[in-house]
Amino acid sequence: MHVVVCTKLTPDTTAKVTVDERGVVSWGDAKLVVNPWDEYAIEEAIRLKEAHGGTATVICMGPEEYKEALKESVARGCDDAVLLWDEHMAGADTLATATVLAGAVQKMGDVDVVLFGKQAIDGDTGQTAAHVARRLGWPQLTYVCKIRQIDPATRTIVVERLLEEGRQVVQARLPAVISVVKDINEPRYPSFLGIRKAAKLAIPVWTTADLGLSSPRVGAAGSGVRWPQVLPLPPRGGQCEFIEGTPEEQARLLVDKLLAEKVI
Amino acid sequence: MSTNAVWVWVEQFRGRAAIPSWEALGQARRLADQLGAQAVACVFGHNVESIAQESIAYGADKVFLADDATLAEFRVEPYAALLTRLAQEHQPGIILAAATTRGRDTLGAVSADLETGLMADAIGLDLENGTLVVTRPVYAGKLIAKVICPERRPQMATLRPRAFPRPQADPARTGEIVTVPPALSEDQIASKVVDFLAEEGKVSLADASIIVSGGRGVGGPEGFKPLFELAEVLGAAVGASRAAVDAGWIPYAHQVGQTGRTVSPDLYIACGISGAIQHQAGMRTAKVIVAINKDPEAPIFKLARYGIVGDLFKVVPALTQEFKRRLGKT
Repeated sequence: MHVVVCTKLTPDTTAKVTVDERGVVSWGDAKLVVNPWDEYAIEEAIRLKEAHGGTATVICMGPEEYKEALKESVARGCDDAVLLWDEHMAGADTLATATVLAGAVQKMGDVDVVLFGKQAIDGDTGQTAAHVARRLGWPQLTYVCKIRQIDPATRTIVVERLLEEGRQVVQARLPAVISVVKDINEPRYPSFLGIRKAAKLAIPVWTTADLGLSSPRVGAAGSGVRWPQVLPLPPRGGQCEFIEGTPEEQARLLVDKLLAEKVI
Repeated sequence: MSTNAVWVWVEQFRGRAAIPSWEALGQARRLADQLGAQAVACVFGHNVESIAQESIAYGADKVFLADDATLAEFRVEPYAALLTRLAQEHQPGIILAAATTRGRDTLGAVSADLETGLMADAIGLDLENGTLVVTRPVYAGKLIAKVICPERRPQMATLRPRAFPRPQADPARTGEIVTVPPALSEDQIASKVVDFLAEEGKVSLADASIIVSGGRGVGGPEGFKPLFELAEVLGAAVGASRAAVDAGWIPYAHQVGQTGRTVSPDLYIACGISGAIQHQAGMRTAKVIVAINKDPEAPIFKLARYGIVGDLFKVVPALTQEFKRRLGKT
């Protein structure tokens, strides 16, 4: 079985993200980390490979420094890594990103499952997996909290998807695109051997041309969405009003205020 | 050449429309009025004609209704194929849906089919020279971005649930219902829904107007009991911080925050939650935040409108009693 996991780097959650008057976003010297949701996708890719044999390949679209995300995935247990990048790919929205990711999966040719984290914590769109599934023409199994069964021989998969009202159990044909939520597993830490392997691994870089794509289909040119303006968050109105007294007095005063606010 | 029509995909579960879809339809009506165009609802399912009627009451001029057994349970392939086909035939200028799991799935697929941009999780929608301008939180809610889809059509966006008002239904409104066939037959669909494990009898976090949430300070699984009692009195959902979920005190479906759900209730009562930045990412758009915590320095108080420094095991039961009394539930 060949499992591909798509990952990206994001500013650390605790980073102070700011925007200047020209709309340029920065996070100071805070480091970039593997998108927290992707950790569960990386772990699931390794588990699938361990259970069924085969290969787990991690891919990422981004500049040279994004190789760090790939190395970390290999240190945890992925076998191979490919970086997807050239200058044409810069400024991509989710659609143009999906074109590149799907192009890489097609180039590999023998892929059974493509895994994503539910969303990335910078753009927070959660839609790239859907675009990729569509680009590939494969079933799209998002918000997966459990893979119940996967059978490479009969080419079927059964998953539980975490929706608003409960868990939908879906059976689909392979190959399929899956996005996972946190409940699916507990990610392992990189192993000593894995870290050594990752340090020595030569990571190939596939360009737009390598993927058989033309430059108008990727990056800013291949994108629909533009971000003309990024603004700081408007401050939350006012300070916290502390309510004093015994618990009963506090309860009475708070209920007064909440009823007056008409939020109940 | 696209028209100016503003479409909404109206999501339903077991024959009931999702409330956030009506919020989206309210915005579609407003935008359509500004553009002098039609607001159109797309209703897919099985035995869902009443939702088509409701869509008109909530502001649609026209409804595309597909009623078929293949559409009974939500699956993205038949839903997206049909929405794509209708959009190709009728060329709407804008397509909206709720930013729910199904909404992001369906519009994510359709935008790829139509080779157009998809703007996720809108909390504001405006028109500037006829172009849709979407306001949305980014970087875990630390910044606000204005995004547009200037060249491609249709312009597509998902709307954060509870970020927009629910419109008033007017049963006297009239509109046209156009019945359309599904785009795929059963043998063309690569997935089957084999079961649904519903969380019966619980208020879902996604559409709760009040959430009572517990964190590390709750101390253990039994510590959530007073929170459930308060939630019961308020008709609220129960949320939790990652610390409480990771400790195994409450299932993951309750987690609010960066690796859980993002919520925007009218009232968020945080009990024993310190308010780490990861938690804030999931709840900072709540209208009113109440924090109950032993530590007066907890960051949650910087976000809260009302704070109580004290023992949640004394304060929460007192609140439950007080609400019972005031809401006439004793």
